[in-house]
Amino acid sequence: MSNASSAPSHATVLPNGWEMVIGLEVHVELDTKTKLFSASPNHFGDEPNTNIDPVTLGLPGALPVINRRAVELAIRLGLALNCTVQASTFHRKNYFYQDLAKAYQITQYDQPINIDGYMMLPGDVRIGIERAHLEEDTGKSTHFGGTSGRIHGSDYSLVDFNRAGVPLVEIVSRPDIRNADQARQYVSELRSILLAVGASDAKMEEGSMRCDVNVSVRKADEPFGTRCEIKNVNSIRAVGKAIDYEARRQVDVLESGGTIRQETRHWDDSEGRTHTLRVKEDADDYRYFLEPDLVLLDPGTEWVESIRASLPMLPAARRARLAQLTGADKESEAVYVIVERGQDDFVQLVADAGGEPARALVYVQQAFAEAGANPSVPAKDLAALTLLERDAKVTATQAKTILAEIVANGGGDAVAIAAAKGFEALDTSAVEAMVDAAIAAQPDAWAKYCAGEEKAMGAMVGAIMKSSQGKADGKVVTAILQAKRG
Amino acid sequence: MSPSSDAKTTPKITAQVVAKVAHLARLDLTEAELALMTTQLTGMLDHFGDIDKLDLSAVTPMAQPFPIKNVYREDVVVPGLDRQEVLDNAPAPQDGRFRVPPSNGSES
Repeated sequence: MSNASSAPSHATVLPNGWEMVIGLEVHVELDTKTKLFSASPNHFGDEPNTNIDPVTLGLPGALPVINRRAVELAIRLGLALNCTVQASTFHRKNYFYQDLAKAYQITQYDQPINIDGYMMLPGDVRIGIERAHLEEDTGKSTHFGGTSGRIHGSDYSLVDFNRAGVPLVEIVSRPDIRNADQARQYVSELRSILLAVGASDAKMEEGSMRCDVNVSVRKADEPFGTRCEIKNVNSIRAVGKAIDYEARRQVDVLESGGTIRQETRHWDDSEGRTHTLRVKEDADDYRYFLEPDLVLLDPGTEWVESIRASLPMLPAARRARLAQLTGADKESEAVYVIVERGQDDFVQLVADAGGEPARALVYVQQAFAEAGANPSVPAKDLAALTLLERDAKVTATQAKTILAEIVANGGGDAVAIAAAKGFEALDTSAVEAMVDAAIAAQPDAWAKYCAGEEKAMGAMVGAIMKSSQGKADGKVVTAILQAKRG
Repeated sequence: MSPSSDAKTTPKITAQVVAKVAHLARLDLTEAELALMTTQLTGMLDHFGDIDKLDLSAVTPMAQPFPIKNVYREDVVVPGLDRQEVLDNAPAPQDGRFRVPPSNGSES
């Protein structure tokens, strides 16, 4: 879901003069059948340790061979993020932890497959993307004993290697994000792009999309401050909350004369705060070196261009197209919602059937929240209804009733339904007569309204709507009242 | 993060550097071993220092030593290992999983 229309909240988060600098590292699991370097299933939710093989377990002599489909999906994503796709290599990132049996993770280091992209956010904000590289996921450890069920103080861990070796792309933004709203918009848009190109199912709740957030603060125009990395940010909502909390914490530390040390912090969603997890190891401590068991990955221009040609229209382009068609703002909630649901083609069908596009957008947003990309209602029936409302044959309220009936019956003739329900919008002279009658009946309310008390109008409009049995158009009534007041 | 780029200065190997690398590899070295490794690693790095003195401006950097590239596997599931057979070889299986001592950090 987009937050494009929500009010910015960042203005009040930091004291005057302070600015947030935010970069995001998002890991997404690619939607392949098998792992990145072996042929075990890539499948969430299976019994522990049922998707394992010698490569996954790092058994002696096991050799990785890269999954062509994973490479293709990584390139699809890279192109959708406006990256340059290049020849790339793999490195070993060495560390000792039970979730990787080999004691190293195979990842891309100085030559990642996708570099130098960007994403556009509402308001023409451009967020640079440093890289989007391939790597393998780790296994899952669950900690037992101790008091908290968390890793510190636990007695032992149980390890499931089903997830180990699942293909990931890590998308690293440049530190171009300046507030929590932009961060949420970035994650939301990235999710839409992932779904559009079919690279990942992007389910944050199942961990197939995971965000690490780098936050620092500075006085405007000063150099970047020391950053902290926040892990365990598992929803788009939490991204915003974690950023606002952490930036405020850092400003409080700095303003009371303290310093920020570079560390990894853990977001606790129930407490709404971050805790120190560990002080950051230097990058060199991982002793990266070239993976000797894999060869150069050079997809070549021909393959990359054929992938580019196969990309679908991306969400931003679809929103622009829908906005153009309907006259709505491309950053409006309706446009975001309809494209998110994949119903922009249906709005186009209604327009093609002679419907009025702006009303078609409103109807589709109202009526088809659960319908998926292809609502099972004839586009021509909606088109007919848009014209009835446009020509003031029915009021907006009546149109809503007719729409509900069309949807409930999987279609229907708007004109016939309107007639059956006795919906005939009154012509303007009849409405004017009713307005005059209401003014005569409620002289006090009219006097107050004429004296500038806008609230008094509500009572009058209500009375007129009632006497017309809902056939008067509220907007017309309001306009006549305003005209009569002068 | 990006790799450091100053390849032209050969770092000096000290006993502290060797001790740190040994710690990262979880190697428990004696004082005598530490001294021996320091001497040997210094010799190796001196050799790279010799290579750095050559004029290599005409040589294209090599990302990978192998002459082949693009070895792919198709995305097709092949049955892997039997869980019971694997866990029978583990020191402490429990609930279909590997039981291991606690660790003090996590990644990814």
